[in-house]
Amino acid sequence: MDKKLYYDESTVRWFSFFTIFWGFVGMLVGLWAALELAFWQLNFDLPYLTFGRIRPLHTNAVIFAFTANGIFAGVYYSLQRVCKVRMFSDALSKIHLWGWQLIIVLDAVCLLSGYTDGKEYAEPVFFIDILITLIWVVFAINFFGTVATRKCKHMYVAVWFYMSTIITIAMLHIVNNLALPVTLTKSYPIYAGVQDALIQWWYGHNAVGFLLTTPILGLMYYFLPKAVNRPVYSYRLSILHFWSLVFIYIWAGPHHLIYTALPDWCQTLGMVFSLMLIAPSWGGMINGILTFKGAWDKLRTDPIAKFFVVGLTFYGMSTFEGPMLSIKSVSALGHFTDWIVGHVHSGALGWVGFTLFAMLYWMVPRLYKTELYSQDMATKHFWIGTIGILIYVTSMWVTGVTQGLMWRAVTAQGDLMYSFIETVHQLHPYYILRAIGGGIYLVGVVMMAYNLFMTMKQGEATPTLINPDKGQEA
Amino acid sequence: MNHKKIEAKSAVMGVMVAILVSIGGIVEIVPLYTVQEQIVKIDDVKPYRPLELEGRDIYIREGCYTCHSQAVRPFRDETERYGPYSKAGEYVYDRPFQWGSKRTGPDLHRDGGKNKDSWHYLHFKNPRDTSPGSIMPNYPWLYENKLDTSLTVQKMTVLAKLGTPYSESDLDPEKVERRLKQDAERLAARIKTDLGEEVPSDTEVIALIAYMQKLGKDIKWRD
Ligand code: HEC
Ligand code: HEM
Ligand code: HEM
Repeated sequence: MDKKLYYDESTVRWFSFFTIFWGFVGMLVGLWAALELAFWQLNFDLPYLTFGRIRPLHTNAVIFAFTANGIFAGVYYSLQRVCKVRMFSDALSKIHLWGWQLIIVLDAVCLLSGYTDGKEYAEPVFFIDILITLIWVVFAINFFGTVATRKCKHMYVAVWFYMSTIITIAMLHIVNNLALPVTLTKSYPIYAGVQDALIQWWYGHNAVGFLLTTPILGLMYYFLPKAVNRPVYSYRLSILHFWSLVFIYIWAGPHHLIYTALPDWCQTLGMVFSLMLIAPSWGGMINGILTFKGAWDKLRTDPIAKFFVVGLTFYGMSTFEGPMLSIKSVSALGHFTDWIVGHVHSGALGWVGFTLFAMLYWMVPRLYKTELYSQDMATKHFWIGTIGILIYVTSMWVTGVTQGLMWRAVTAQGDLMYSFIETVHQLHPYYILRAIGGGIYLVGVVMMAYNLFMTMKQGEATPTLINPDKGQEA
Repeated sequence: MNHKKIEAKSAVMGVMVAILVSIGGIVEIVPLYTVQEQIVKIDDVKPYRPLELEGRDIYIREGCYTCHSQAVRPFRDETERYGPYSKAGEYVYDRPFQWGSKRTGPDLHRDGGKNKDSWHYLHFKNPRDTSPGSIMPNYPWLYENKLDTSLTVQKMTVLAKLGTPYSESDLDPEKVERRLKQDAERLAARIKTDLGEEVPSDTEVIALIAYMQKLGKDIKWRD
């Protein structure tokens, strides 16, 4: 069999499997963290189960394991199809696949044992940072190699978004992690204090921008038109919002540092660019939602369409909320509170989670040449997931605003009204509620896992010809 | 220019993206390095002593930054609650910075001197003993683990290379060990006086308390 005639689907199947697997693990750890905030005893006095160690494990697992594997699965599937060629190199695909899983396992072990760089979303230690760089380069070569050997002249919109992801993440990761090592697992960054803070949030915000936004938009641009069988609503709008998104995103990092010791002009720049970011973000949302034009009826019957449209809605919501949180007076109230956690999870559970679920429900049956095991169960997953998000996010809004208001409340004499611990007591019921919301969302994920594994079982992993017209021996 | 032309050339598009995503970062980050006035130096701010440095690394190891911030904002309620707002010049030896993003617990940037050493000693063992209803974890292992000082000199040497003003003699292994020991024994003795029980001076918790007590105290503000 001449492999070049077929798509590489084995890599996609593995990435899809790991998306589901790490998604479950990462969210289970998130649920545990949520429960520890409600019932501190749940760490059982074990160092590796304390909140300070499992919270980074949660964020690393859902971002670098769940989301990233989902992105890789979708990119490997769609890139070959829009370029009409097999991936550039099977060897590189394998190195990328297994190298990435190795990184995840090493990182998890390190974080639980207390080896960390101590910067949010950049916790992986020195030697893992190097591994990440190497594997990312492997991915980049494989990606650009495929693009270079493509059989069609133009690159499809989705490919633009993937490309910006690969380039930008490489830049962010390397610059933010520049450090002098003491050992393989302990290093000190070459930046200190305010400079370190700015570089970290330039990285942190754009990790959101270029891992939780642009690649997911790319996946949306490929899989949504396929799923609803309509062309993308507007090609011009894609051009416009792509370039403005890529340009504006980078400036917004300082909105994480408002009212800190960062120079004021820099905070203001961050705030202004965050406000401008509404426009390109909503451009993407509108382009996605209007792609349903002529296929609205699918929203009633097709769970995949439901996941997409609600995912896009949460994208619109969190990209409205984010700019609001960047306004100085709103940040004054919201920063450091659970409001931010609510904002994060409306983006993470709603936009990232639902879009990846939609993609998996559409793609897995096609990878196994079969139908989805149960449409009905997928629809139930949709409703359960939506309820979970709503409980999670609303409870965090209430908690966040309560926290913010209680911290600043003063008596008529001008003394502080509440001690810190009083605010902690006040939040207890909402922390329980959030854990319930997260738990419900996780039940949905388990249903999806079951549904997709049954789909895999009933199907067959036969190879797919790139050009069926020409036949096997073309 | 016609977008169809850009779309057809992956190299052109890649370069355009790379240029566009670099601009914002360069404009925001470079002035922090080139314009001295951006971070006003405060002469009273001193580099971490060896014991404090080890304590800080335990703070990082245990992920205290996931619940505590170290950045007092210039609001009335915050200066009332925590102390004077944080200045850029106070962070110059912080690698990495530990400002945090979530206050599940209170801000710690001005915690130095707020509580006695013995208070911290009880608090880390079981926060509920000092603060009823706290949701902060217990840290019993900090009382069992001996502080690992085998890397202290190397850590300080790396920091000196990066610009922390440790002198030649500060890096002398014997002096490092002497300072570590002295600081730890004094701290343990103070706790012993308060609590009237034997307090070993070579455990991790002693280093962590030393770090807590250094926080935000370089500028004089407590009377
Ligand atoms: C789950 C979140 C959480 C984690 C993790 C956590 N803390 Fe706390 N911390 C709290 C809360 C809540 C309080 C307020 C109640 C109290 O005093 O215990 C607090 C209070 C404190 C105080 C007292 C502040 C004051 O002046 O009133 C100190 C000091 C402190 N924590 C240090 C630490 C250190 C050091 C670590 C890491 C080893 C840590 N905390 C980890 C939640 C946390
Ligand atoms: C079952 C679902 C989930 C639960 C129960 C959950 C729970 C939590 C909890 C308890 C925290 C810590 C909040 C705090 O410190 O107060 C957290 C933080 C976080 N979670 Fe989740 N999570 C879930 C799913 C996800 C997913 C799918 C993603 C991303 C794709 C995600 C991304 C994050 C991020 C980025 C943070 C850090 C927030 C910040 O620093 O402000 N979570 N989560
Ligand atoms: C226009 C788009 C957006 C803007 C301007 C924006 C703005 C903000 C702001 C101001 C904060 C709060 C920082 C703080 O006070 O601590 C924040 C936090 C965060 N946002 Fe967004 N947001 C946007 C979209 C999104 C999306 C789509 C996601 C997807 C998941 C997301 C994920 C996060 C995360 C993970 C954090 C928490 C960072 C942390 O504190 O650890 N954001 N964002």
